[in-house]
Amino acid sequence: MDQPTRKDARTDDWVAHVARIRDDKDETAFAEIFAHFAPRVKSFLMRGGGDATLAEECAQEVMATLWQKAHLFDPARASVSTWVFTVARNKKIDVLRRQRRPEPEDLTWGPEAEPDQADVLALQQETAQLSAALAELPQKQRDLIEKAYFGDMSHSEIADVTGLPLGTIKSRIRLALDRLRHAMRQRQ
Amino acid sequence: MSDTIRHHLTEALLMAYSAGTLPEAFNLAIATHVSMCDACRAAVESYDCVGGALLAETETVDMSASALAATLAMIHAGDAAPPAPAPRRSDVPRPLADYIGGSLADVAWRPVGMGVKQAVLKTSDAATARLLFIPAGAAMPDHSHNGLEMTLVLRGAFFDEEDRFGPGDIELATEADQHTPVADIGEDCICLAVTDAPLKFRRLLPRLAQPFLGI
Repeated sequence: MDQPTRKDARTDDWVAHVARIRDDKDETAFAEIFAHFAPRVKSFLMRGGGDATLAEECAQEVMATLWQKAHLFDPARASVSTWVFTVARNKKIDVLRRQRRPEPEDLTWGPEAEPDQADVLALQQETAQLSAALAELPQKQRDLIEKAYFGDMSHSEIADVTGLPLGTIKSRIRLALDRLRHAMRQRQ
Repeated sequence: MSDTIRHHLTEALLMAYSAGTLPEAFNLAIATHVSMCDACRAAVESYDCVGGALLAETETVDMSASALAATLAMIHAGDAAPPAPAPRRSDVPRPLADYIGGSLADVAWRPVGMGVKQAVLKTSDAATARLLFIPAGAAMPDHSHNGLEMTLVLRGAFFDEEDRFGPGDIELATEADQHTPVADIGEDCICLAVTDAPLKFRRLLPRLAQPFLGI
């Protein structure tokens, strides 16, 4: 089984599960991904202000969305954790904040082409590095970042959070930009 | 277009957009800028990645015993997810097109004085988004504001005291800034302006309308 354990969860090896859901409508793969992510999504939504009942209901909807949108997931652009986060965040804005969420216009480099395995691996490595860097932050700074993402901190409060030594994020931004430019060139 | 953008979002705003804590009107301006700007798009994707990393490490709250079965039932019942609507043809990025219902030609402008026109877009109350049309060479009506003002250029260009802002550029001004943007002489300027503090907006409106309504 390729079910990640807690120890190597940082490699975020859920890409194959999403592919099984997409290609085979594999409910076993879904059950495993559900068991891992649904309790985290529920926790995220409760910290964002939802009560347990609402958070439970929304977490189920988030997980159903993963099934329905499995064909849109591109492992060269995002880890499964990142993808789940964006779906959960949008659910929070929709249900808890009752707002629409304007999203950037998508680039048309969609899933029609199979993602390059080297890109997928590179992204997994960057993701692991980022997680490690976050884990190594002093507790106080880590708490601030968590609050910014999970606790519905206002944007003026978030301004105070920046300036944190997030060197890895900066390098990630550069890497993401390089990859983006590379992909744009390939499209032309 | 991307390489010509010189005025970008701040790290704090990119992170807040990713975290999902900003009012809808700011999200609209940010999503529109990001649609035009590769650098800020990459930054948003990176901040999303931070969110993913935090989610992966966060504590868990147990789901109910029947949660998986209920979710699978939901999936089986609604397996044919509604197809995403086809992108509408527009001369502005898609997130903005969704709010104006098409192209800039479809905007219902209302004059506010000195040839300046505006159209308020419908968003949540926490902040106000409006399109501004400023004739070439004209000054934006004198205004100040309480919180953050975000101005994204869609057509033409404007100057403030310090710099020029062209298509895709975003100007961020706080209450400390006294600024009087002036549209470039060559072309009418259309921009998306977002302010928080709706009370301030109510104060601004009569001042804008004053010379024309004679009140």
